[in-house]
Amino acid sequence: MNIPKNLLYTKTHEWVEEDGDTMKVGLTEHATEQLGDLVFINLPEVGDSVEAEGEFGDVESVKAVSDVLSPATGEVTAVNETALDSPEAVNADPYGVWLAQIGNITAKRELLSPEEYEKLLEEEA
Amino acid sequence: MNLIFENSVPGRKCDLVPPCDVPVCEMPQGLRRAAAPRLPELSETDISRHYTKLAERTYGVNNGFYPLGSCTMKYNPRINEEMAALPGFTGVHPLQPEHTVQGCLEVMALAEKYLCEITGMDEMTFQPAAGAHGELTGVLLIKQYHKARGDHKRTKIIVPDSAHGTNPATAVMAGFTCVNVPSNPEGGIDLDKLREAVGEDTAGLMLTNPNTLGIFDKNILEITKIIREAGGLSYYDGANLNAIMGEVRPGDMGFDVVHLNLHKTFSTPHGGGGPGSGAVGCKAILAPYLPKPHPVRDGDTLHLTMEGYPDSIGRMKAFYGNFLTVVRALTYVLTLGKEGIPEASHNAVLNANYLKHELEDTYDIHTKGHCMHEFIITLDKMHKENGVTATDIAKAMLDEGIHPPTMYFPLIVPEDLMVEPTETESKTTLDEVVRIMKKIHAMALEDPAHMHELPVNTVIRRPDEVKAAREPVIRYSFDK
Repeated sequence: MNIPKNLLYTKTHEWVEEDGDTMKVGLTEHATEQLGDLVFINLPEVGDSVEAEGEFGDVESVKAVSDVLSPATGEVTAVNETALDSPEAVNADPYGVWLAQIGNITAKRELLSPEEYEKLLEEEA
Repeated sequence: MNLIFENSVPGRKCDLVPPCDVPVCEMPQGLRRAAAPRLPELSETDISRHYTKLAERTYGVNNGFYPLGSCTMKYNPRINEEMAALPGFTGVHPLQPEHTVQGCLEVMALAEKYLCEITGMDEMTFQPAAGAHGELTGVLLIKQYHKARGDHKRTKIIVPDSAHGTNPATAVMAGFTCVNVPSNPEGGIDLDKLREAVGEDTAGLMLTNPNTLGIFDKNILEITKIIREAGGLSYYDGANLNAIMGEVRPGDMGFDVVHLNLHKTFSTPHGGGGPGSGAVGCKAILAPYLPKPHPVRDGDTLHLTMEGYPDSIGRMKAFYGNFLTVVRALTYVLTLGKEGIPEASHNAVLNANYLKHELEDTYDIHTKGHCMHEFIITLDKMHKENGVTATDIAKAMLDEGIHPPTMYFPLIVPEDLMVEPTETESKTTLDEVVRIMKKIHAMALEDPAHMHELPVNTVIRRPDEVKAAREPVIRYSFDK
């Protein structure tokens, strides 16, 4: 399982890339494998307020619809159009295709290190 | 196979209209279409063959075993169709004067009486066209109840994690926020988590009992009590009523409102054979909010009236819902009677337990102990060890000429199949299914790679579900 060392993770299988005051959010490889081929992705709009652990968007595969939970409380500063237009890109490159970026962060969820996330996956297996 | 448009030949017809014997009247210019509709032109033989061919490609309970979990694909007795085809029922118009449709109103009043008796409710509406529509109606009743009391802080509906996907969707459609409550290790609701979740903002609870794991929640009285004490109301999703019909009543479990899928539990056609009916019953406290009109008895006459119900949520559907579905359901209830209704449930539960028992030595069964009307098989271990998925097993069943169970639901069990045989299958059929499922299991162990290739005997093999969802073609293109 690919778990890049430069990222942080949530218990609900989102990855987070911290860059100064902003965060990029995506789905982990494990999440995309569990979901199967994605067919739709719904994301918040730029300027929307999001809450840590609150609903951030949802992803739909042929199997199921799953919520994506926000890693932080803040404001959406960018949304990746590639993910919206071609959900299959997320399946093909889960760590390369981010979903959205959060700025003006005032609170964060508990984030896991790559080692802690790997351990979580082992426990869940 | 061609689409009907592709079989069209310009000028081909199948109607012989007698010569016009009344003065011809021209339609006003403003009401005329600019171009003729592009309808297919075929002879009667071509039309008949086209639809027969389509019918041959479908699969229903009349073709064979159809154990779609939580869908209750039971046999639709022929007598229901005979009753629904009576000219007195088929030849009426919803705008006919009331006194000329008393028989139809009597059917609705009688069906309401019996179905209220079965569910332990006081009044019922037949307007909702299907299950999810019934759910929405039921939750709108709850919303109206709080609104009428001026209690505007109740914004949350509690839904367990084993719920049907329509439950949270319904709550959101009705303008509520959903609170998810996890299951306990036995598959019921975690009572402590439920207590934590309720409060002054609780509008109500939506629950299926038995749940989607095929387990009857023994804490049901405690669950509805927790909701009631918090000031909320409890909604019973009738999807799984077939397990307890005539045996336990949602009204006695503490529920205030319930929807029934007449197209599941009460044997009216389900799926492509619809239309359905999501009848909603409620306790007297919610009755003022029911959709109207609704047959009301006055001496020997039944009236349909919109007047005198200022708090009604209004109409949920034009006229009175899918009326002929109610005729079929009433026929079913009258055919089975007071003894037959619980017996049907007993047999549904017995069939599920028999099938579960016979498969236990081969498949991993997630449902522990006795199940109700359905049970869950998990292919998690096989998927991890051999790469064979629940989809592969389902596809193999198609090759054997039987309909697969529900797949990947409930979401809380990985690689699952949800099996509901219903009461209308004989032991002979169940034994044959066991034989086939064991054969498929052996095949999966022996040649896992081959499983990904199946089915090979069906009209189409594996449709590209991802492409179908991403780029659906839902309209015929005349210009291609």
